[in-house]
Amino acid sequence: MKKQPRSLWQRFAISLPYAWLVAFFLVPFLIVLKISFSQGAIALPPYRPVLDLTAGWQGIERFFTGLSFDNYRLLGSDPLYLLSYVKSLEIAAFSTLMLLVIGYPIAYGMARTPRRLQAVLVVLVMLPFWTSFLIRIYAWMNILQRDGPLNELLMTLHIVREPPVWLATDTAIYIGIVYSYLPFMVLPLYAVLEKLDESLLEAAADLGCPRWKTFWLVTLPLSSPGVLAGVLLCFIPIVGEFVIPDLLGGSRAPMIGQTIWMEFFGNKDWPTASAVAIVLVCLLVTPIVVFQHQAMRGGERS
Amino acid sequence: MRKVSIFNIFAIVLGIAFLYLPIVILVIYSFNVSRLVAVWGGWSTRWYAELAGDNEILQAAFTSLRVALVSASAATVLGTLAAVALVRFGRFRGRLLFASMIYAPLVMPEVITGLSLLLLFVAVEVDRGFWTVVIAHTTMAMCFVTVIVQSRLVDFDISLEEAAMDLGAPPLRTFLSITLPLILPAIVAAWMLAFALSLDDLVVASFTTGPGATTLPIRIYSAVRLGVKPEINAVCSIFVGIVGMTVLIASLLAKLTGARGTPARP
Repeated sequence: MKKQPRSLWQRFAISLPYAWLVAFFLVPFLIVLKISFSQGAIALPPYRPVLDLTAGWQGIERFFTGLSFDNYRLLGSDPLYLLSYVKSLEIAAFSTLMLLVIGYPIAYGMARTPRRLQAVLVVLVMLPFWTSFLIRIYAWMNILQRDGPLNELLMTLHIVREPPVWLATDTAIYIGIVYSYLPFMVLPLYAVLEKLDESLLEAAADLGCPRWKTFWLVTLPLSSPGVLAGVLLCFIPIVGEFVIPDLLGGSRAPMIGQTIWMEFFGNKDWPTASAVAIVLVCLLVTPIVVFQHQAMRGGERS
Repeated sequence: MRKVSIFNIFAIVLGIAFLYLPIVILVIYSFNVSRLVAVWGGWSTRWYAELAGDNEILQAAFTSLRVALVSASAATVLGTLAAVALVRFGRFRGRLLFASMIYAPLVMPEVITGLSLLLLFVAVEVDRGFWTVVIAHTTMAMCFVTVIVQSRLVDFDISLEEAAMDLGAPPLRTFLSITLPLILPAIVAAWMLAFALSLDDLVVASFTTGPGATTLPIRIYSAVRLGVKPEINAVCSIFVGIVGMTVLIASLLAKLTGARGTPARP
């Protein structure tokens, strides 16, 4: 099979990143998987069983008989976890939809401006992404506080009489998410819309198709790869989001990222935190597999 | 000819305003003399002056910079090697696992990356601190580096490399004198992204840090959990200023080198 033996350089270029990823990605993930089947213990590390290789075969046997599905049973029986998953998926789904509705007109407008201006606009949309995530959320804490500029504006315009409470609500979470993820939605949409062949739109117009119908029948279907990319780029990280709900939302109904954080740092229940994490990974892998399947089918068609 | 409608302009202006207004408000508030952030008391640089005496914040900023420098450099080396291996070396044993391990961290929630690395560090009983955060950030960023360098490698003409090999250059020599200069712009961009990711990260660092290695985001987070603070407004404004300048300079440089066509030889 091999045409020539690999040079020392090639072997080095493969094995160094390979070894790094095995040590710091694969092995840690397997440890999480293992601990999710363990029981909590008041010890260090705070879980049982611990693999004891010095005890030989017996140690390995004791290790495997000690594993159990108890943590997963707990996830199913305690509504706290179920609600947490549902809330995360719900927030991710609605905010992705909002991002699409808000981001599409912006990307569409960008793609239609003169070329020279487009480059500037791309930098302008990307720039907030380079400033810290935490700082952008913190900026909204400033705006949404009780005597903050938003309430001041609403009061001066006589839209409300009493200053409404924004912080520690789901509304604040939605605002924070839409704000932080907008570049991730706009840029993939723009990348597709910018390449759109305008003669197709002209052809539709020449044949008497109204503009909204052209958009619906030509532009939107042709931009579907960008829509899919944007939706995935937003939906997946939003499900596991921690910082935004923690700083802007309340603690009564936590999202799943907060639940993992609390189980780990608050309750010191490492096995349960691990089980919650494993279920989350399984939830997130599904849309990615669907996407890959779609992408492969699309590749066959063209 | 393209037509830009009123609706298009409206969408762009509103979108850009939405992206920038919160940051502008943050910067304005950082110059507010009043301790109550929302009550305007007049312009002042008071909080910037207080910042200069705040050792904890300065220490945290210094730690963050050191972590970002080391981890971005390590991630760039590892990520570039991985990209070259994936694009140029054809099939090798375990390539599928390798490719999955490159892409999986891109979609892994930060909470889980942090959790799993912490469990590893506990299992092998290392003391957590500066180096554990560096390892975590390197792992997180190297996959982004690979994706960026990979797209550049796919783009450029492989016949240049083949010509060098035909003329008898060994693979390493070919890489150093042909491939590396050609992908250098992508490597620089990837390093910058890795640096920014590290500087920005709160969640993974919180899991993997230890005594004496508090990064700036961890410091800011613990300060603002219970509400806004004027000193933090000042820190954030300085940060935004530095990042804004860097990105502007970088995009100007990219434009200048891009205008000259091929990138300059080192």
